[in-house]
Amino acid sequence: MQLESSQEAVARIPGISAAAFQSVEKELDTSPSLIELRNLNIHYGSFHAVNDVNLSIKQNSITAFIGPSGCGKSTVLRCINRMNDLIPSARVDGEILYHGQDVNARNVDPVEVRRRIGMVFQRPNPFPKSIYENVAWGARINGYKGNYDELVEASLVRAALWDEVKDKLKDSGLSLSGGQQQRLCIARALATNPDVILLDEPASALDPISTLKIEELLRELESDYTIVIVTHNMQQAARVSDRTVFFSLNENRQGILVESGPTQKMFTNPEDPRTEGYISGRFG
Amino acid sequence: MSSELISSASQISKAEYQPRVSARQTIGRIWRWVFFGSTALAIVLLGMLLWSVIGPGWNWLSWGLITNPPSRFPEKAGMNPAIWGSIWIVLGSGVAAFIMGLGTAIYLEEYAEKGRFNDFIQTNISNLAGVPSIVYGLLGLVVFVDLMHMGRTLIAGVLTMALLILPVVVISSREAIRAVPPSLREASYGLGATKWQTVWNHVLPSAFPGILTGIILAMSRAIGETAPLLVVGGASQVLWRPDGPFSTFMVMPLQIYNWTGRPHEEFEHLAAAAIIVLMIILLLMNSVAIGLRQHFSRKARW
Ligand SMILES: Nc1ncnc2c1ncn2[C@@H]1O[C@H](COP(=O)(O)OP(=O)(O)OP(=O)(O)O)[C@@H](O)[C@H]1O
Ligand SMILES: [Mg+2]
Repeated sequence: MQLESSQEAVARIPGISAAAFQSVEKELDTSPSLIELRNLNIHYGSFHAVNDVNLSIKQNSITAFIGPSGCGKSTVLRCINRMNDLIPSARVDGEILYHGQDVNARNVDPVEVRRRIGMVFQRPNPFPKSIYENVAWGARINGYKGNYDELVEASLVRAALWDEVKDKLKDSGLSLSGGQQQRLCIARALATNPDVILLDEPASALDPISTLKIEELLRELESDYTIVIVTHNMQQAARVSDRTVFFSLNENRQGILVESGPTQKMFTNPEDPRTEGYISGRFG
Repeated sequence: MSSELISSASQISKAEYQPRVSARQTIGRIWRWVFFGSTALAIVLLGMLLWSVIGPGWNWLSWGLITNPPSRFPEKAGMNPAIWGSIWIVLGSGVAAFIMGLGTAIYLEEYAEKGRFNDFIQTNISNLAGVPSIVYGLLGLVVFVDLMHMGRTLIAGVLTMALLILPVVVISSREAIRAVPPSLREASYGLGATKWQTVWNHVLPSAFPGILTGIILAMSRAIGETAPLLVVGGASQVLWRPDGPFSTFMVMPLQIYNWTGRPHEEFEHLAAAAIIVLMIILLLMNSVAIGLRQHFSRKARW
């Protein structure tokens, strides 16, 4: 019954049908939350980029971050595995709890955090090494003791890249096209076997077929991993994610979290008019 | 408000653009000739220098010059000990400066906190690169020769020379490390690599061609330096090539300096021939180094 009413509502949003939703009836609110952001504020120097974000990310689910360009999606994502430590001007206030433990606490080693929370960056950044080595390296430094040929193949297959590169694994990762590099970076992240995977627009340079393959992969991974994906593609967010988080800019051009909730609800019956405006394309 | 913006933007008319492509191209051509002129000037000056050396020295080039020890008789005189001395000095100081300089650069760039202290060190290293070389000679004389009782030996010369080229090595290595794109470091850290794993596996291989360039330039400088070795090596004639770190030594520029100071005209020709040998060795050394650099930059290309 509930399904029917949502189908009606969905018709208002161009290009998205209710059938596109991944798991309409999945009861998410009971699953435990793995990552909690509490009063998260992020500054770059004196610029207040992200203002007071509170969010919980459920285990074994896919969470989509959507919102206009420059609203701080990448910034929030990069904080979760402490990649912003590398930017000297960045300052993070508030709590980021992973399994209830603050990742920014003094006694937490960022290397340990990043080993468990892997990342695929917005701009593809393969190593200037062979395709094989690009995938194998992360596993090697993390002490993988299994068969490397199998690991490399399995990771590339999952990232929908194997068929294109299986005959040139010795070639440089930089010789690949932009979209292939993006998938190589996904394969590289998978090969280290993290618990959480953060993906920053992983399909922005991909054709529709590769995009669908990546989306299939994400759904497949969902049972073992917790996934956060940033995307500008509303259909993609609707197709793959269980929960959607909408970020936007406030009047001071600071990034804020407007609304978050189950994807189906966010796309059919959002509480905030700004969310509806953005999703239906009336506001960019 | 946004609609205002759009309407004013659409008012930008084609008529306001004056591309003047051919005029811009003319300016480009003028600059091309300016750059060509400066290259040509450099080549002409270099040619004149070579000519002034090759002219008087060519006929005096012989195997004896390379294989014989120095002598009072110009026909029998050679610079074998000086060639060996120079090779040992350059290699020794190159290796020492490479290890110390690269270590310093890695520490300052990757480990040390960026801030006032780091800037202070940076400024001081830059200043050290400009200190006259004779000052390093005096430093070597006091510290290595006297205080550490090394005497006027090869090892004292090597260490003095290493100190002399150290600032250049640190500065060029730092530049090379800094030029490694941050995205590469992110990729490595993002996979759970430690700082050392990132530096060793990604930063250094990418920076290595640049680091090598700095070392090559520093070693080229070391092979031609005379003043500091005049102080720590002494100007005495040495008849044998160095047989260990604590033996006395002679270097090519000192030998040349020595010969040009003699009254006989033959020795001046000999000095010119020796300069030719020095330049050939320099050329060989640089070709090897450039080959190495090419090899490494092929491996770490973007
Ligand atoms: N390294 C940095 N230094 C200074 N400011 C930064 C830095 N990175 C991001 N910012 C600023 O922070 C704000 C948020 O940037 P962020 O990259 O998180 O946006 P985003 O939501 O990911 O945008 P997009 O969808 O275009 O990727 C922007 O105003 C940006 O200018
Ligand atoms: Mg972004």
